[in-house]
Amino acid sequence: MYTVNVTMAVLLAGLYTIGFYLLMQRSLMRVVLGIMVLGHAANLFLQTAGGPPGDPAMVAAGVREGMADPLPQAMALTAVVITFALTTFLLAMAYRSWVLLGHDEVQDDIYDRRIRELPRRDSGPDSFVAPRESAPQESLR
Amino acid sequence: MTALVVLPVLLPLLAAALSLVFGRFAWLQRGLGIGVLLAILVDAVVLLRRVDTAGPVVLQLGGHAAPFGITLIADRLAALLLLVSTIVTLSVLLYAIGQRITDLGPDVSSTAFHPMYLVLCAGVSLAYVAGDLFNLFVAFEVMLSASYVLISRRTTASRVRAGMTYVIVSLTSSLLFITMIALMYAATGTVNLADLAMKVDELPGGMQTGLALLMMMVFGIKAAMVPLHFWLPDSYPTAPAPVTAVFAGLLTKVGVYAMIRSQTLVFAHTASWTILLVLALLTMLVGALGAIAQDDINRLLSFLLVSHIGYMLFGLALFTVLGVTGVILYVLHHITAQAALFLASGLITRQTGTVSLREMGGVARASPLIAALFAIPALSLAGIPPLSGFVAKVSLLRAGVQVATPMAYAVTAVAVLTSLLTLYALTRVWVTAFWGDPRPPHADPDPHDEVVVGTRRRSVSMVAATGVLVLTGLFIAGAAGPLSGASERAATDLLDRDNYRSAVLGHSAVREAG
Repeated sequence: MYTVNVTMAVLLAGLYTIGFYLLMQRSLMRVVLGIMVLGHAANLFLQTAGGPPGDPAMVAAGVREGMADPLPQAMALTAVVITFALTTFLLAMAYRSWVLLGHDEVQDDIYDRRIRELPRRDSGPDSFVAPRESAPQESLR
Repeated sequence: MTALVVLPVLLPLLAAALSLVFGRFAWLQRGLGIGVLLAILVDAVVLLRRVDTAGPVVLQLGGHAAPFGITLIADRLAALLLLVSTIVTLSVLLYAIGQRITDLGPDVSSTAFHPMYLVLCAGVSLAYVAGDLFNLFVAFEVMLSASYVLISRRTTASRVRAGMTYVIVSLTSSLLFITMIALMYAATGTVNLADLAMKVDELPGGMQTGLALLMMMVFGIKAAMVPLHFWLPDSYPTAPAPVTAVFAGLLTKVGVYAMIRSQTLVFAHTASWTILLVLALLTMLVGALGAIAQDDINRLLSFLLVSHIGYMLFGLALFTVLGVTGVILYVLHHITAQAALFLASGLITRQTGTVSLREMGGVARASPLIAALFAIPALSLAGIPPLSGFVAKVSLLRAGVQVATPMAYAVTAVAVLTSLLTLYALTRVWVTAFWGDPRPPHADPDPHDEVVVGTRRRSVSMVAATGVLVLTGLFIAGAAGPLSGASERAATDLLDRDNYRSAVLGHSAVREAG
C-alpha cells in the first residue's frame, strides 16, 4: 500500500476515457485504436498497482528499501504480450474487413434493422413478409 | 498424483504444437486430437474419483509456496466440469472430422482447425484448474484467442462483421479483466484466490461491493448475461456447426464457472444477492422472448442459450447450498444439451440447405433419426421430466422457494414462465421444420467454400457424435441421484471456503487468520 500518485491517476483516467470514447466510434480503425489505448491503460494500471513509478524491480541482495513490487511487473509483461498479439490479430481482421467490404464502417446489425422494419410492413394477417432477402443464407457461411 | 491437474492443460498444448507441425498429414492430426482428448477423459475420471474421496488436488508450479507461486487446484466442481467438457469436446471433434471427410474426402488436412481446437481445450481446462486470478485471465486469453481463429477462419464478407463484433467485445472484456486484477492487487496485494478469500474480507464494505460488481461485469460479458449478451446471437450462428456447438456448450459456461468460483470463494455473500437476482430474471426473459422472434434456427438456439444462462445466475444469486447444487446440475445439463442441439441443428441445415425455419419442412419424415436427436435435448432444455433439464430445474426451483423472499419468489415464477417460453420456441421449431411434407433441399448458396449444405450425404460419425451427446444428457438424467449427491458435496465445498483455503495455503495459515 502506498499513497496514490496523482500524475499516474490522471494519466490513467485520461487513457481510459480516450479508449472508451474511441471504442464507441463508427469507424473500425478508431475502434481498433480504442482497443490499443485501452490496452495501454490496463497494462499501465497493472504496473501502477505494484508501486510508485521509478522504483527498480531488482535490487542487490538484502536491500529492500525503495524496491518496487516485481509481481505486477511480471503480470504486466504477460498482459502486454497478450494485448500485443491480439491487437495484431484485430488489425489483420480489420484489414480483411476493409478488403471484403470496401469500407471500414461498423455496420448495423442486419437482423435488428429488419425487425425494426417489421411493424411498418405488418398491416394485416397475410401481409407478413419474412425478414429475409439474403441474411439466413449468409449466416450459414 | 498432482500431475493429474496439469495434464489436461499440458497435453492439448503439446499436441497442438505437434498438430501444427504435422499439418499435412490428415490422419495423424485427427489421431492426435482424438487420442489427446481420450487421455484427458481418462484423466478427468481418475481426478474426479480422487477429488471426491480425498479432497482437492493441489499443484504448486515450480514448488513456490502458495500465495507467491502459480497454483493449480482441482476440487469437485472443477473435476466434474472437466469431465463433462471433455465429453463435449471429444464428440464435437468427431463430428467435425466426420463432416470434413464426407465433404472433402479423407486425405484433405486442415492446417488451422485441429491445433486451434486443441488450444481451445487447453484454455478451457486451465480455466477450471486455475488457482489465481491472473492465471484465470491467461486461461481466458488462451481459450479466446483460439476461438477468434476458429470463428474467423475462411472469412467471407458476411462473416467478417460477426467475427469483428465477437473479437472486439471479448477483447474489451479482457481489458476490463486486467483492470479488475490491477484493482484487486492494489487493494489486497495478492491475486491468489485462496489468499484473496481472506484479504478481501478485511476491506471496507463499499470497496468489496465495487470489486464484486466489476468482477461480475467482466465474467458477465463472457457468460452473456443480459444486458451484456448482445454480441452472442450475432456472432455464434455465423460459425460452422461444430464450432458453434463447442462455443455454445463451453465458452459461456466457463464464464459462469468463473462467476461461481469468484463470487463464492473471494466474496462472502451470506444472503441472496438482489442485483444478481434481478439480472438473472432479465436474462431469462430477454433470452426467451428474443428466441420467439427468430426465424433462423441457430439464432433461436443462441437466444435460448442466453435465456438459460439466467437459470445459472439465479441459483448462484441465492447463495444457499441447494441453490449452488442446482447451478452445478444445470451447468452439467446445459453443456451437453446445448451442444447436442447445435450439432443436431447442423445436421438439419445440412439436409435442408437453409437455416430459415419458414423454408424447412418434413424433416421428421425424411430422417426420423435427426428428429429424435433434436427432440430429446430440446425437451430436456424445456425441462420435461424425466430428462436432465427437469432434474436441474427442480433443484433450482426448490432452492428459490426455500429462500422465500419476495424477490426469490418472483424469480422462481419467472423461471417457470421461461421454461414454458422455451417449450413454445422449440415447439415452433418442431412444427415448422419437422412436420409437414418434406421439401427438396435448397441449393448450396456458395458451393466453393468448405461448408456444404443442401445434401443428404452425412457420415456415421456425425450422427454418432450427436448421439453420444444426447446419450450423455440421458445419462445425467439417469444418474440424477448420485450426480446431485456429488453436486451437493461440491456446493458445500464452495460455500464453506475453509476447505479450499487450507488445501492451497495449508491448515496452519488458515487457522492463524481465522
